[in-house]
Amino acid sequence: MIFYEYEARRIVEAAGIPVTRYGFCQTPEEARKIAEEIGGPTVIKSQVLTGGRMKAGGVKFADTPDEAAQYAEEILKLEINGHMPVGVLVDPKAEVKQEYYASVVWDSTAKKPLMLFSDMGGIDIEQVAEEHPDHVGRGHISNLLPVGDYEAKQVIAATGVTGSQLNRATPILAKLARLFREKDMILAEINPLAELTDGTFVALDAHMEMEAEAEGRQKQLLRKDLGIAEEDTRDSYVPSEFEKNVKEIDAADHRGVIQGKDHGFEGNLGLVIGAGGGSLTLTDAVRNQGGKPANYSEIGGNPSVAKACGLAKEVLKKDGVEKIAVMMSIVSNTRVDIVARGVIKACLELGKDPAETIAIFRIPGAWEDEGNKILDYYGVEYCDRSVSLWDAAGRAVAKIQEGAGA
Amino acid sequence: MSILLNKDTTFIVQGITGREAVNLTKECLDYGSKIVGGVTPGRKGREVHGVPVFDTVEQAVDNHGSQIDGSIVTVPPGFTKDAVIEAIDNGIKLVVVVTERIPRGDVAEMVEFAELNDARIIGPNCLGLIVPEVCKMGGIGGPAKDASKSYKPGVVGVMSRSGGMTTEISSSLTAAGLGVSTAVSIGGDAIIGSTYAELMPYFEADEETRAIVIYTEPGGRMEAQLADWQAENNSRLPIVAFMAGKFMDDESMKGMTFGHAGTIVEGKEDSATEKIKRLEAAGITVVERIDEIPDAVKERIGS
Repeated sequence: MIFYEYEARRIVEAAGIPVTRYGFCQTPEEARKIAEEIGGPTVIKSQVLTGGRMKAGGVKFADTPDEAAQYAEEILKLEINGHMPVGVLVDPKAEVKQEYYASVVWDSTAKKPLMLFSDMGGIDIEQVAEEHPDHVGRGHISNLLPVGDYEAKQVIAATGVTGSQLNRATPILAKLARLFREKDMILAEINPLAELTDGTFVALDAHMEMEAEAEGRQKQLLRKDLGIAEEDTRDSYVPSEFEKNVKEIDAADHRGVIQGKDHGFEGNLGLVIGAGGGSLTLTDAVRNQGGKPANYSEIGGNPSVAKACGLAKEVLKKDGVEKIAVMMSIVSNTRVDIVARGVIKACLELGKDPAETIAIFRIPGAWEDEGNKILDYYGVEYCDRSVSLWDAAGRAVAKIQEGAGA
Repeated sequence: MSILLNKDTTFIVQGITGREAVNLTKECLDYGSKIVGGVTPGRKGREVHGVPVFDTVEQAVDNHGSQIDGSIVTVPPGFTKDAVIEAIDNGIKLVVVVTERIPRGDVAEMVEFAELNDARIIGPNCLGLIVPEVCKMGGIGGPAKDASKSYKPGVVGVMSRSGGMTTEISSSLTAAGLGVSTAVSIGGDAIIGSTYAELMPYFEADEETRAIVIYTEPGGRMEAQLADWQAENNSRLPIVAFMAGKFMDDESMKGMTFGHAGTIVEGKEDSATEKIKRLEAAGITVVERIDEIPDAVKERIGS
């Protein structure tokens, strides 16, 4: 779950990190009201889940409440990288003395969260790390022990920051690290962390992302504190009809798992494939032999006939699909005969001849003899484990190309 | 002859009364593994395929009368961390975590606890490991008769981020007459208990193992870590790698997850192309096609 800036600010604020007195709104009128309450120059910021707001004109500085309302109106209508804003944030214009950077991310090699701090905030941290490595402090935190303030202090001091700046920034980074762990974040970033002319520190912008697997136990934060609806998944793209339908079929039955994606695919060969690693291998194998996959899919965990049938049907219903290839790496849990029944049923129900429609069936493993009997009966070409995933994919591609030539 | 397991290895199954755990227990027993107990809180006194069920790991250890070597943990995600720590706290040194969809904070916590106690975690989101014709710990290879088809003893150590591909690759090594010393399904998550590089010293110390095959995917830094290990350690073992999911390098696939939770290309570093470059620079043979693996191994070991 990726958060909008106004939500990320609420999260850091709740963790005890100072923020400016901002307001979130969805109409120009509300923006005017917030600006009046702030009582000085304001910044109007588009609330979208994409970068490059400033460049796209999604951030504007207003001197008066009227201007704030006018800019809010413009920004609310402005699409940025294909995203419409959910609202605008009205923020007092801060008198910034210096910008810093603070974040916590996962280091999957060390298997620990990593704190990062820089005294060159406001810009891309990767660029700073490359060009000014001595301006980036790093430090891992334990997964078991409480985060000590001194750990944050060490990271900040490593960039050469000292004096009151060090003492003011230390609790902020320590709190960010604690919130990262407590709220199951995979990214917690404050950029810029601003030192104002009066010497105080505030988070001027924040990015937060929560791990999907942890959403179930963070309901208090997600549903109650932030009021995010269950169905607001914030996928990075709008799921296609195919993707939605496959998801529905999967959810209707708890046995086994099917997944389907067709974002970025538009070929003529439908793929009914599995499991995780097998699907990646097979998609490459089809493409590298000149085939054009119509989709990506995954079958696993021993699905029912209805589920296998449902996936095959959705693939077959896609525009431009001429044949399907049914292929998996050797299965130990998923039953070959059940998948065979499912895909044949899909062909028959759509009035198609399984022998013509299924370019190849390559699923070796559990219950393969029973599966082969069914495939024999319908005249579907199949192969066993002696035919590699590469060769099976190659046969499917050859068949669809023959068909096109005829 | 093997890593991590041998013919005397004893283990328990935590969550043994679950549907999948019952199957897995039967598969392992049929293969000859020594399962000395099972744990499901509140189910003490039952039996699963002749294996006694206890409420706690402590009871299972008491009943066994001496230290138990390992545990397969197959409990729901919300209970996994506690179950793993319970096992380690009771002296178990090898924990296979089958459970999927565990938040990585929990995984990191149990891995750190394992490190402090000299224990090793395989997984999560994995099928476990197998020493052909000796011991199978987890669902790897499926029912005993199917596992026997795919896995014959031999000289290649296999490590794979995909459980299914562990068996697919091992089967091709078996068919080519090379066989497998130990195959480990290491798991597909972003953070796992044992990475390729962390298991290399075990294979290095195993005299029977003469080569390593890894199955790998885009996402994460595990391959970079292996490349670094290989460059620093002057290993006697040649490594052959197969990288799946090259299509994910396409611009249109950026930020999307396919297959496993850990498979997502976020930066340039974790793309398939970049990983292949790193592996090759470290002297690791990267094959283009899955069916080229056995010949590449033969070439590297000169047989």
